[in-house]
Amino acid sequence: MSDESNTLLSLYRTMVTVRKFETLAGELFAAGKIPGFIHLSIGQEGSSVGVCSILRPDDYLITTHRGHGHVIAKGGDLKRMVAELMGRKTGYCKGKGGSMHIADFSLGILGANGVVAGGFPIITGAGLSIKLRKTEQVAVCFFGDGASNRGPFHEALNMAAIWKLPILFVCENNCYASTTKTSYACSIIDIANRAKGYGIPGVSVDGNDVLAVRHAAAEAVGRARQGEGPTLLENKTYRRRGHFEGDPQRYRDQAEVVEWEQKNDPISRFTTILMKKKILTKDLEREIAAKIEADLKEAVEFAEQSEWPKPEEALEDLFVNP
Amino acid sequence: MSERIISCSAAIAEVLTEEMTRDERIFIIGEDLVYHGGIFGQFKGLPEKFPGRVIDTPISETCIVGAGLGAALTGMRPLVDMHFADFVTCAMDEIANQSAKIRYMFGGQVKVPLVIWAPDGAGLGAAAHHSQSLESWFVHTPGLKVVVPSEPADVKGLLTASLRDDDPIIFFQHKKLFAKMGPVPEGEYVIPLGKAAVKRQGKDVTILTYGSGYYLTIEAVKELAGLGIEAEVIDLRTLKPLDFKTIAESLKKTYRAVVVHEACLTGGFGAELVARISSELFDYLDAPVLRVATKDVPIPFSPPLEKFVLPSVEDIVKAVRQVTYC
Ligand SMILES: Cc1ncc(C[n+]2csc(CCOP(=O)(O)OP(=O)(O)O)c2C)c(N)n1
Ligand SMILES: [Mg+2]
Repeated sequence: MSDESNTLLSLYRTMVTVRKFETLAGELFAAGKIPGFIHLSIGQEGSSVGVCSILRPDDYLITTHRGHGHVIAKGGDLKRMVAELMGRKTGYCKGKGGSMHIADFSLGILGANGVVAGGFPIITGAGLSIKLRKTEQVAVCFFGDGASNRGPFHEALNMAAIWKLPILFVCENNCYASTTKTSYACSIIDIANRAKGYGIPGVSVDGNDVLAVRHAAAEAVGRARQGEGPTLLENKTYRRRGHFEGDPQRYRDQAEVVEWEQKNDPISRFTTILMKKKILTKDLEREIAAKIEADLKEAVEFAEQSEWPKPEEALEDLFVNP
Repeated sequence: MSERIISCSAAIAEVLTEEMTRDERIFIIGEDLVYHGGIFGQFKGLPEKFPGRVIDTPISETCIVGAGLGAALTGMRPLVDMHFADFVTCAMDEIANQSAKIRYMFGGQVKVPLVIWAPDGAGLGAAAHHSQSLESWFVHTPGLKVVVPSEPADVKGLLTASLRDDDPIIFFQHKKLFAKMGPVPEGEYVIPLGKAAVKRQGKDVTILTYGSGYYLTIEAVKELAGLGIEAEVIDLRTLKPLDFKTIAESLKKTYRAVVVHEACLTGGFGAELVARISSELFDYLDAPVLRVATKDVPIPFSPPLEKFVLPSVEDIVKAVRQVTYC
């Protein structure tokens, strides 16, 4: 198989992994096995996978409360993720973080964030650090349409622009911020247009077209690595699940959800392309699904067999030198 | 006055209906208020009853509080919803530098009738960014009044008083208390700010508490009764202004005190209470005043960790036994 076919298949595999992980997380939550609350990215896999597919292992990434997909696409370990969601000692953060606070610093994942727009100032610092250390790394900040209405977004874009920091700001415009429609809360239709105010490139793409996302991200990352500064990329997509699992969703008509699911599913769309190119076959599709399901089953078993953290461990990890 | 059993949420909606009908200057502003009546359902029915006066905002805490303040300075009486108390950090300048100081800096020229509504507290597996109890930050900021109710009737009386007050108030209500049921007076019901309540009489020890600490305390009191210890329970209800008179009266009878709060220990409101008691009531003390609080770490996610760091009924019983030498 050609390199290109391998790349495309790898995109496909990761998208399906994210989808199946999120579906499983929803089931585990409904079964009472995940405490707290979780936010799923089903339907937004084109964005997470498209962007992360062009990142190097040493690139940085910051994500949000809806961050499982980004972590997986950057290479996150499924076992440690499930274990963290279930509050186990073997989880990424030893059970201290949970769904909204997963990080893997060894993979450049500087953390998910429970505070909307909490990532912008931090990514600015990561970008500055890359510049000071003179490496060719890039720092990516995922955020929602809602987050672009907070001050830190604007401060970060300006600062990244004046210093030409190697940052890719990725807005996942999924039409809603919790119960609030983006069309109500944002003064413009294309959030990418906000880039103009800071003199940096702003690009809106079909976020459910993984190849379009990948292409746009590649251009932006290329510029960043050349020292040409930040880009604001807007991936237009749709949040198909509730804001959080259990959300009664009184703010939208379910027909809208069904329409996106049936007509604009990023995985179905990509599957059609791959089938047409004969890169994917029904058999291979089944084989990939089976492998991912087995991996996830193993991850759940790992988590369920893992110990709970000991209560006193709550007092550890606060300081390096207590 | 007749009473019925309703939840804190119902009490809140009732007060707001009454007060918004009485005073057209009151409006509510914050995120996700209209479709779900607030994320805890606490404003249910209000968007329909008062069209245009329950205002959904973008996610812009700085401007949500700032807009509340600006409106308060120009003739309105806003209630600002912080969504989760944790997000006060995103509007800290507007709360601590602006709202708290404007009247004073400008020589008392203006009133600031602003209520900042902040659901706080842990116990829901919501982890470090959605679980904090931050009242002591604001007690430490002159110019703010700090209200922390526990029972539904207190919520009603104190919210009414807060909406009628002309100063900036930060109103913390524990997220777990929205669903709590209790007797609530019908019709107008005002609890003056700065008035604690002796919720249970006792002669052996005074337990000073507020907010969620109250519920732990009443559980502990039952166990203590089994040990023959009669605890007096004071629900402070407002931390600023503080009703020290009620505290002093109780301590002059019991000579012992334990403070219970969900905020973390160091620098918490308990420290202020212990300081006031030791400087003003030293001669009445038969034992050191102890504090029961959350351990000094961010709130962890995993249930066994979260449970361990939060104060427990056993912690209270133990502290009371220690000060009563029992
Ligand atoms: C500063 C802050 N304000 C409010 C919230 C509550 N909240 C969590 S997610 C969310 C909506 C976020 O919308 P968006 O940025 O579009 O991301 P999405 O959930 O759509 O992925 C809100 C209001 C928060 N966590 N932090
Ligand atoms: Mg959104």
